[in-house]
Amino acid sequence: MRAHWTHQVMRRATIACVVLLAIVVVAVLAPVFSPYDPIAQPDIIGLKNLAPSLSHPFGTDSYSRDVLSRCIYGARISLSVAALATTIAITLGTLYGAIAGYVGGITDTIMMRIVDAALAIPRVLLLIAILALWNGLPLWLLVVVLGGTGWFGLSRMVRAQVLSLRELDFVTAARAVGASGPRILLRHILPNVVPTIIVAATLGIGHVIILEAGLSYLGLGVQPPAASWGSIIQDGADQLGSAWWISLFPGLLIVTTAIACNSLGDALRSALDPRESSVAMAELDS
Amino acid sequence: MASASSIAGTIASRLAQAVVVVAIVTTIVFVLIHLAPGDPFTSAMDNPNVTEAVRARWRAMYGLDQPLWIQYVRYLANVARGNFGWSFSMHRPVLNVLKDALPNTLLLTGTALVLGFAGGIGIAVIQATRPGSVVDRALGAGSMFFYAMPDFWLALMMMMIFAYWFPLFPVAGSVDPVMHEFMSPMGGLLDRLRHLVLPAVTLALLSGAAVARYQRAELLRVLPDDYVRTARAKGVGESRVMLVHVLRNALLPIVSLLGLSLPVLFTGAVFVERVFAWPGMGWTILNAVGTRDYPLVTAGVIVAAATVTLGSLAADLLYAVVDPRIRGH
Amino acid sequence: MSEPLLAVRDLRTYFRDREGIARAVDGVSFEVSRGETVAVVGESGSGKSVTALSILRLIRAPGAIEPGSTILFEGRDLLLLDDAEMRTVRGNRIAMIFQEPMSALNPVLTVGEQIAEVMRVHTSATRHEAWEGAVEMLALTGIASPRERASEYPHQLSGGMRQRVMIAMALVLRPDLLIADEPTTALDVTIQAQILELLQRLQQQLGMAVLLITHDLGVVAEVANRVVVMYGGEVVERASVAELFAHPHHPYTEGLMSAMPRLGRQTDRLMTIPGVVPPSTAWPGGCRFRERCSYSWERCATQHPPLHIVGTEHESRCHLAAEPLRRKAQHIPLAAALGGSV
Repeated sequence: MRAHWTHQVMRRATIACVVLLAIVVVAVLAPVFSPYDPIAQPDIIGLKNLAPSLSHPFGTDSYSRDVLSRCIYGARISLSVAALATTIAITLGTLYGAIAGYVGGITDTIMMRIVDAALAIPRVLLLIAILALWNGLPLWLLVVVLGGTGWFGLSRMVRAQVLSLRELDFVTAARAVGASGPRILLRHILPNVVPTIIVAATLGIGHVIILEAGLSYLGLGVQPPAASWGSIIQDGADQLGSAWWISLFPGLLIVTTAIACNSLGDALRSALDPRESSVAMAELDS
Repeated sequence: MASASSIAGTIASRLAQAVVVVAIVTTIVFVLIHLAPGDPFTSAMDNPNVTEAVRARWRAMYGLDQPLWIQYVRYLANVARGNFGWSFSMHRPVLNVLKDALPNTLLLTGTALVLGFAGGIGIAVIQATRPGSVVDRALGAGSMFFYAMPDFWLALMMMMIFAYWFPLFPVAGSVDPVMHEFMSPMGGLLDRLRHLVLPAVTLALLSGAAVARYQRAELLRVLPDDYVRTARAKGVGESRVMLVHVLRNALLPIVSLLGLSLPVLFTGAVFVERVFAWPGMGWTILNAVGTRDYPLVTAGVIVAAATVTLGSLAADLLYAVVDPRIRGH
Repeated sequence: MSEPLLAVRDLRTYFRDREGIARAVDGVSFEVSRGETVAVVGESGSGKSVTALSILRLIRAPGAIEPGSTILFEGRDLLLLDDAEMRTVRGNRIAMIFQEPMSALNPVLTVGEQIAEVMRVHTSATRHEAWEGAVEMLALTGIASPRERASEYPHQLSGGMRQRVMIAMALVLRPDLLIADEPTTALDVTIQAQILELLQRLQQQLGMAVLLITHDLGVVAEVANRVVVMYGGEVVERASVAELFAHPHHPYTEGLMSAMPRLGRQTDRLMTIPGVVPPSTAWPGGCRFRERCSYSWERCATQHPPLHIVGTEHESRCHLAAEPLRRKAQHIPLAAALGGSV
């Protein structure tokens, strides 16, 4: 399975990994890297809305908080929300798709119809509706909701793969020896689906970061006092003309992280199956 | 060749499937509404002057005291008739609110779609004719950059640039709030177009980046195919080889990408509409969220899903028309 | 006989990448005269397809034709032409048909359009004229109801019809030379015969020369005038068909002949040539065939054999031409000893 690493792909994947690792390390060791206390408001009059400078590389906001420190601590929230939500989504999508693909028949049709319907709803709208109906969700519930709305595309891909793998000889052989359905699924079929899952997970983290940021920007995602990158952008959204740095830098951080995730996901994808058609690629991204 | 009746048959079955999908969506939405805490009236009618008696009467009128399954059936029936209830925040039937909002979103996403796909395909062709070159890598880096960008952030940055640094285009609304009524038809059209530029370009940049990525990959996948070599062996020039032979084949999967990208386009439109105050579905729904106008929120979700489903259907039909291998058989 | 139609001199086509250099074609020379059919025979890995593609300069990166090669067509060196001039040759004066007609035809264009395209690219024919020309050409290749067929797509036609379409596409402008790369390999046996017959008929009608690439000696016996046998990126034997079949000289040719099933010859099993073709990135020193040759001796490992003349217009790249007595001493070739078999 790891047969197709070219130099170029290897290089890109390594750079992406390094970038992601750097961000994660800084986030985990936030107290070490952060120059100031992110929630401290030392001098609301004097230090308010300062442009980027040596002492405040990302500037300060209207509460005189250092934006860089807020971003570093914000990384913790953004990254962990994305990672956990993606894990949930991957698990749900794989299970659902595998069962649908393996069982087949009417069950499969019904299951996939539901997925089609879910895919028809633009994800953000669904999230907005849910988050609006249930006001002020605690953070862990936000993670669950994010994960719970992101597994549909993956379930389709997993189902397709399971469908074709199911007909292969080694599965028939396993059945002939008396292996049960779940056992065949787990030990024989799913290991072959792992490459797709890995790629989907990597790309998924990038997507959720962007999604969560958008929701926090709307005030629906991460609630204060916790602050993700999206929340910080929201703080600066109405001061774009005067204090543009507040919204700019967290956005750049999101873009950087997302690019790294996408690069890594692309590299993995081309390493694991360079011949895959681009529409199949597109399905993974949705 | 396909007979007219088999094409009609396919359309009919796909439409039936679409109806099923929308029905499932409606069910999901219904379940959500009823799982949520409170009912539509406790929050919308927080006005203390509205007595409990009035609230009780409204509840009875809306059938909220009926058993759940009756409510469900009534809800489905209402949705099928287009009756989405009353919008508390806009003081109009929800259907009317959506009827005003949907065309705006369609205009925005439609324009962005055309710009994005045309631009994306063009960039991809340029890249695929010189793979590995500086131009290819620069354009590739650009696509990657915009592809990874949060839509709302790009919108904010665009707004920042064009509101403060280069005030060339208006940054809010779809028409000039004051002057539009007094403009000539031509002037009015120009006004609309000027307001359309920023939000449409923002969305187009994002979708175009995705299209460029996929189209480039597809072009490069097709390039080594045998019939391309045959075309060269016939003496066909490189540009014709690329445009007539390679692109025609590489476009096919991109057409199905159209269908897949519709939900994403809608999603992006939500944020873009918010930032640029474009009065479309997303903007309406977000305002409804703010005012706790549940009927409007839920109806918006259903209508959005329905629009996306119909759009996917249209894209699939387009694909069937365009690929001769599917057309007749 | 005036100068030959096509003269390939010392053609070298190498593929270079980070792993090394693959010398797919390594010093190949032969000639094709007007109206004659020359067959280039060899197994996969011999370089015969790359040779064909090189003539039309259809080799793309990382492959390239090395300097020092010459391809003379009607006296002009094709390798010195610029892109625009080369394009006027392709499809017009030299045409090529390929092995797999399904993948070699564009699936989204009708066959009529693809044939007409040749006319519209090279002549000033209008759409209508080009279409008529395409229909005419389809009729010429023996397709029934050509006008209906012309509006159809490749996937709607059978394999044999698709190959006829390819032939129509190649011959519509009456080229002087047709290069056919394994034209019948992907077809059923009965269709093969029809296609070969068609090619022969058209060749006589149009007076063109044919360069036929194949691995099938049976096909060679049927249609070719002269044969060029390739192995290891080189020409190892050249002769007229009659001469080659009567007196094969090179051990590889001998092996090919014995491996060919023949009506009327009783055998218990078909002979095979033991071993496999070495990779083009690492041709063995000395004679490239020695590891699979049952006559090889020390000289074969140290000295690369030149082309010796072994008969009238018959050449062979083998040391046996200098030391014919060695032909009696057969032994198990190295490759068989190592356990490989083709």
